[in-house]
Amino acid sequence: MNVIDYVFQQLVNAVSLGSLYALIAVGLSLVFGILNLINFAHGDMMMVGAFAALLLESAGVPFPLALLGGVVFGGAAGFVMERAAFRPVRGAPDVTMLLTSLGVTYILENLGILLFSASPRNFPLPVWLGHVYKLAGGRITFTNINLLTLVFSVLAFLFLYWFVTRTGVGLGMRATAEDLVAARLVGVRVNLVVVVAFVLASAFAGLAGLLWAAQVGVAYPLMGFTPMLKSFVAAIIGGFGTIEGALLGGYVLGALEIAIVAFLPPSVSPYRDALVFALLIVLLLFRPGGIINVRREVKL
Amino acid sequence: MRAARLVLFAAAMVAVGLAAPHIGEYPQRVLLVMGIEIIMVVSMALSNGFTGVFSLSHVGFIGLGAYASAILTLPVTAKHAYLRDLPGFLGHVSLGFLPATLIAGALCVVVAFLVGLPLMRLSGHYVTVATLGLLVIVNVVLVNADAFTRGSRTFTGVLPYTDIWWVLGWLAVTWLVCSRVAYSPFGRAMRVSREDLVTAEAVGIDVLPTRMTAFVISAFFCGVAGALYAHYLTSFSPHAFYFPLMIQLLVMLVIGGMASLTGASVGVVVVTILSEVLRNLERGFQLGALHVPPLYGASQVTLGVIFILIMVFRPQGLLGDRELVLVPRSRRSRAAGMPREETEVQA
Amino acid sequence: MPEMLALDALTVSYGPVAALKGIDLVVQEGEAVALLGANGAGKSTTLRTVSGIVRPRRGGVRYRGKDIGRLDPGEIVGLGVAHCPEGRRVFAGMTVLENLKLGASRRRDEAGVRQDIARMEELFPVLGERRQQRAGTLSGGEQQMLAIARALMSRPRLLLLDEPSLGLAPLLVETIFDTLAELKRQGVTLLLVEQNARVALDLVDRALVLRTGNVVASGGAEELKRDPQVVEAYLGGGR
Repeated sequence: MNVIDYVFQQLVNAVSLGSLYALIAVGLSLVFGILNLINFAHGDMMMVGAFAALLLESAGVPFPLALLGGVVFGGAAGFVMERAAFRPVRGAPDVTMLLTSLGVTYILENLGILLFSASPRNFPLPVWLGHVYKLAGGRITFTNINLLTLVFSVLAFLFLYWFVTRTGVGLGMRATAEDLVAARLVGVRVNLVVVVAFVLASAFAGLAGLLWAAQVGVAYPLMGFTPMLKSFVAAIIGGFGTIEGALLGGYVLGALEIAIVAFLPPSVSPYRDALVFALLIVLLLFRPGGIINVRREVKL
Repeated sequence: MRAARLVLFAAAMVAVGLAAPHIGEYPQRVLLVMGIEIIMVVSMALSNGFTGVFSLSHVGFIGLGAYASAILTLPVTAKHAYLRDLPGFLGHVSLGFLPATLIAGALCVVVAFLVGLPLMRLSGHYVTVATLGLLVIVNVVLVNADAFTRGSRTFTGVLPYTDIWWVLGWLAVTWLVCSRVAYSPFGRAMRVSREDLVTAEAVGIDVLPTRMTAFVISAFFCGVAGALYAHYLTSFSPHAFYFPLMIQLLVMLVIGGMASLTGASVGVVVVTILSEVLRNLERGFQLGALHVPPLYGASQVTLGVIFILIMVFRPQGLLGDRELVLVPRSRRSRAAGMPREETEVQA
Repeated sequence: MPEMLALDALTVSYGPVAALKGIDLVVQEGEAVALLGANGAGKSTTLRTVSGIVRPRRGGVRYRGKDIGRLDPGEIVGLGVAHCPEGRRVFAGMTVLENLKLGASRRRDEAGVRQDIARMEELFPVLGERRQQRAGTLSGGEQQMLAIARALMSRPRLLLLDEPSLGLAPLLVETIFDTLAELKRQGVTLLLVEQNARVALDLVDRALVLRTGNVVASGGAEELKRDPQVVEAYLGGGR
């Protein structure tokens, strides 16, 4: 395999991984932008989406509907999470809200273990999903799953773009993220904005979860934990609190991770995660606003 | 007055130490773990509750302390058996418990110092996230430094040095040091900078040293606690020092009261007892004619729900920022570690 | 016919600091009233209490006879009160058009909203020119116009304005206040907070002077313009 083919293959991998990071990161940024909350329970929405799809499939539901089911259940879980845990502590100091999110993830993960046991479960895939495409005479390969991931991610992002620019609630969301007081003054329904943000964020995470499970072939209750942390780094890389930042950061991180594994000596690969988080710390010190250089002022 | 309290305190601890071997094996183990966790949570309270810097890296220091001390105390024969790649003198040396614990604590101090210098300048979310990153980095290093740690495989054969006297001894040291620091004039500076950064800087308090001190001292005792924990468990893997432990300790810290040293201790006791009770219920029980089947894992879910309820209804925890009688009274601020309403600025 | 706005022994505090110490104020429909005073007198606090951003500690806030002291800002907007805040606070990252649409957040009539956007662009032609531009790129005067237009998008009967002249060149101030006079002519009730007492008194019918949370003077605009104390404190020195 010559260099160009190798690079192309890595590009394919990076896009696939980056799409997933971007999907998850968008949700984290959306919620942070509006509420100043880092939601540690976001990763558990991946578990919800993956397991919902898995269970639906096992019950005989055709894959496309199971996929939809995963997204819907993810969104619903986000709704419940907001009403039950985060609405009651709205307005509390940031530390309280952060701790609440840790509490929620504790509950959700243990609930997951309680219901599904901690060991990985096979994620059933219809045969056509495993279909392999070969380019350049078989030297570059990708599967239908990779294609699906990209297509659905792009669709999701387009939907989000439409939503925040063309709908009243979406406009209200952007306004609230920018200036909460001014948003209230013009009459934006902040409660509704928050609920919708959570539902969208969790639906996206649910989608990411089932796509992730499809790619690796298994699902388990703690599956969302590390991806969430990484997506968090991705969001910061791009510019935390903004949708564009999350998208950008997701793909940059995907590329970065693939590059570390593909182009650096093999002894470094296992330290990949440590390098990513070291990058996080460096960013926080020297460019906390990320690539697009977000600056958050707290206006009273 | 103060001397009398200390004597009472010491006597109580001695009493506990003497009683321990007679209460049964399982309760004794619970007591030991509780003592170790109090050391961990009290040091967390010092750095999180008193300075207003919410850091998530403590479990990383616990892990470092655990592995460092275990590697140092491991008998040379065991090292030759399965830690063959240990570099230099480490492979041929085996230390006693106390030296190993102290070195482990010192290692944590050095790391905390180096890492704290850049990190403690950050504020708010940034420092929390950065310390979280630190935790992950430590975990990755522990998992991958095969030569030292056997990677993600179980590290076994650690000598079971930890007993009630070691725990009580270190507990006393932790309490003494942390309370001296927290309630000294220096500690007041810490608390002022917690409440209002702008005012603190305006009256000339340099925030960085206060945060660094708390961070470094906390790291030391976390390292010590790690050493104690390692020599209690006698076999463990890096996963024991990661998020599950972190969340468990945070639950204890918050329930007791983040801005209070005795609160932290109370939190550990309450959560431990609660967990034991819940775990027993988990096995299934009879309630009159009703038979409740076993539901393993329900105890943690219940604990989590209780945690959320505390966040909603009493985020300052059981004690808020008040201390139980043992700590000498000094001028305390009115704001709790996590106030529910607006705090009033006190310079 | 109930008054447009009635503040009754209104007391507001930020924590331990009392910002308003029991003030009374009545505004009739169609009137223009100014709140004058130095910084920290409590002028902005008054507006923020009326629009619901701040809750009163004691006392009543009644809008057209209805007690609004406990309502959400959004609900108050829906009742016909709009607040153009201090410092303008346009949504800098969003376009002029989006800012205007946001002003109509509580309205359901799409056609009416479109009409009103057209009307705003007539009233402030520069907004029409810049409708797709990000609000943050507008000049201070243009942002003030946008802020007022945004507030007007909710078709308010009572318009609260906080320091509309702040940071603007005299010519722009004149333009803005000409617009406010036109609004007054169209029947919008105005409650105006201003440090520029001169230009405020030229516009309004009545004014109150606040100092550290209390009303220390009040009366008709002409009367106050001649009052030596007011002249000394707020109109002297060619401010």
